[in-house]
Amino acid sequence: MGQTLFDKVWQQHIVKQNDDGSMLLYIDRHLVHEVTSPQAFEGLRLTGRKPWEASAAVATPDHNVPTTDRALGITDAVSRAQVEALDANCEEFGITEFGMNDIRQGVVHVMGPEQGLILPGMTVVCGDSHTSTHGAFGSIAMGIGTSEVEHVLATQCLIQKKPRVMRINVEGALPFGVTGKDVALFIIGKIGTAGGTGYALEFAGEAIRSLSMEGRMSLCNMAIEAGARCGMVAVDDVTIAYVKGRPYSPTGEDWDAAELMWSELYSDGDAEFDAELAYDASEIVPQVSWGTSPEMVLPVNASVPDLATAKDDVQREGWQRALEYMGLEANTPITEISIDKVFIGSCTNGRIEDFRAAAAIVKGKKVAANVKLALAVPGSGLVKAQAEAEGLDVIFREAGFEWREPGCSMCLAMNADRLEPGERCASTSNRNFEGRQGMGGRTHLVSPAMAAAAGIAGHFVDIRDWS
Amino acid sequence: MQAFTTLNGLVAPMDRANVDTDAIIPKQFLKSIKRTGYGPFLFDEWRYEDRGEPEMDCSNRPKRTDFVLNLPRYQGAQVLLARENFGCGSSREHAPWAILDCGFTCVIAPSFADIFYNNCFKNGILPIVLDDAIIDQLFKECVATEGYTLAVDLQAQAVTTPSGQSFSFEVDNFRKHCLLNGLDDIGLTLQESDSIHAYEAGRKQAAPWLF
Repeated sequence: MGQTLFDKVWQQHIVKQNDDGSMLLYIDRHLVHEVTSPQAFEGLRLTGRKPWEASAAVATPDHNVPTTDRALGITDAVSRAQVEALDANCEEFGITEFGMNDIRQGVVHVMGPEQGLILPGMTVVCGDSHTSTHGAFGSIAMGIGTSEVEHVLATQCLIQKKPRVMRINVEGALPFGVTGKDVALFIIGKIGTAGGTGYALEFAGEAIRSLSMEGRMSLCNMAIEAGARCGMVAVDDVTIAYVKGRPYSPTGEDWDAAELMWSELYSDGDAEFDAELAYDASEIVPQVSWGTSPEMVLPVNASVPDLATAKDDVQREGWQRALEYMGLEANTPITEISIDKVFIGSCTNGRIEDFRAAAAIVKGKKVAANVKLALAVPGSGLVKAQAEAEGLDVIFREAGFEWREPGCSMCLAMNADRLEPGERCASTSNRNFEGRQGMGGRTHLVSPAMAAAAGIAGHFVDIRDWS
Repeated sequence: MQAFTTLNGLVAPMDRANVDTDAIIPKQFLKSIKRTGYGPFLFDEWRYEDRGEPEMDCSNRPKRTDFVLNLPRYQGAQVLLARENFGCGSSREHAPWAILDCGFTCVIAPSFADIFYNNCFKNGILPIVLDDAIIDQLFKECVATEGYTLAVDLQAQAVTTPSGQSFSFEVDNFRKHCLLNGLDDIGLTLQESDSIHAYEAGRKQAAPWLF
């Protein structure tokens, strides 16, 4: 019997198999940011331990950094202390860090692939749930807690049990206006935020293969919002072309050998999965979340749900609470929901193609009068530089957007960028939980083009009708 | 890590599905570089009327009187009874740190998000999965009976109600062993140093570009 993509990568990383089914899994790449690492470094200090392989870890501050003028430093003293702690810890333990004023700094999941730090077939971890992003490279990429950050720093391994594997096939061509983000939201809408719990997901089928690496990253990024341990896409020419020539990618003979090894990273034709789902790409419509969980999501041409259609009492109570929190009436068409703010950025949609897509929408237009703030926050210093080289910053500014410095920004509002109570946002981020973008803030998750169009129109619009 | 063996504790019911870690501990408290001190901010946005900030004194903050953990009858609870997919979302270990710091050492739910579930075991908290129907029953009993307690025995893998009804639960052997003994699993992994070195030697030959 053939092997799945997941099984192939997993098996290559088993250090030791234990009798109880658990195993020691080797970790190739460890991304580090300032929020989930200080207690792990402190743990190393308290026990007198050193990193097992310091060169496997690469750090950058992203959650706390200001997106306004960096020359002023970080004015919030608590945020500043956390970023300074990362600087000091990386210095002390010999870990490469792209600091706040380095052009390579950015959201850790944008920076990693951009630098060639993520290669096909790797095991990748980070103290961040959106580590699932890197499965786009045919790697096993998992978010971990701080105790495991310390474990990986100290041992380069994790104690793991093999998850089950689910393949999700999306067949056919993606319709116009439908992006990797929409595919992700569509799938989460179908299987729910716990639909992938206990599973590694493999996304497959023509629609997935047609996505660029950036589209695949947006998709895998949100595998965690389906509860999955990780999400993956098989390696193909698109993957190889993306990786080639990046600063940390192999070169020369190493490249040739690597490419040969990577060409095996797909699920064999006769591989068996623990579960398999199939969707028709032609059914997917641009998505907009309406509630306080990523599974509360609808096609843009639908209406906010009626409580009578809930499947059970627990769901009905959840919907009721979500409607109240979101300030929405049941049966309101999505396109009649007006917004106060726009956020384009994050580890989900903070890459160059995302800004190109949004800029194409806003070019020559102005943000609607009811929109108080429209933010474009590049995922990294290099994304920012590329966008500026293409003149996208000018397009955004002329349309009334603010063009900011790179970081996580209003995806989770740990810095100064946030929603005020009751404010409604069209956001390209990944979570619409209560308070996620600021206490009392109301988040609607959408693709970059949909967020941009909502900013111009002042309410959600069907991007397929945009002109 | 504090070991977990047995517990006979007051139960607090958190009757919401999909409770995410952003709700358990909002982002502004993640700026701390410590492992402790998160307890007063557990469920901060649900618990208080005002916006919480790190290191603020919570004793005089206006509390939401309708939030379950603010009710006098649940003060001192050690068991958190929850609904499906508890702990979803962000991987922040600050969530179990806040739960522990607030006095809870056991969370019982029909299902947990993977990362949160794993993080609990690293911090001396026992997450227990029971069937939906049992969870429903426990919610009803808990709400109906002031002072409702559950007895939890990790060695025996059993939860027992005040009326003596007992439910068994599954737990991974390795995690059980570590939790029962309060073991640091980094120390255990480092005992396998030879295996790790041997793996690396082989991997360096097969895929030298990874090092």
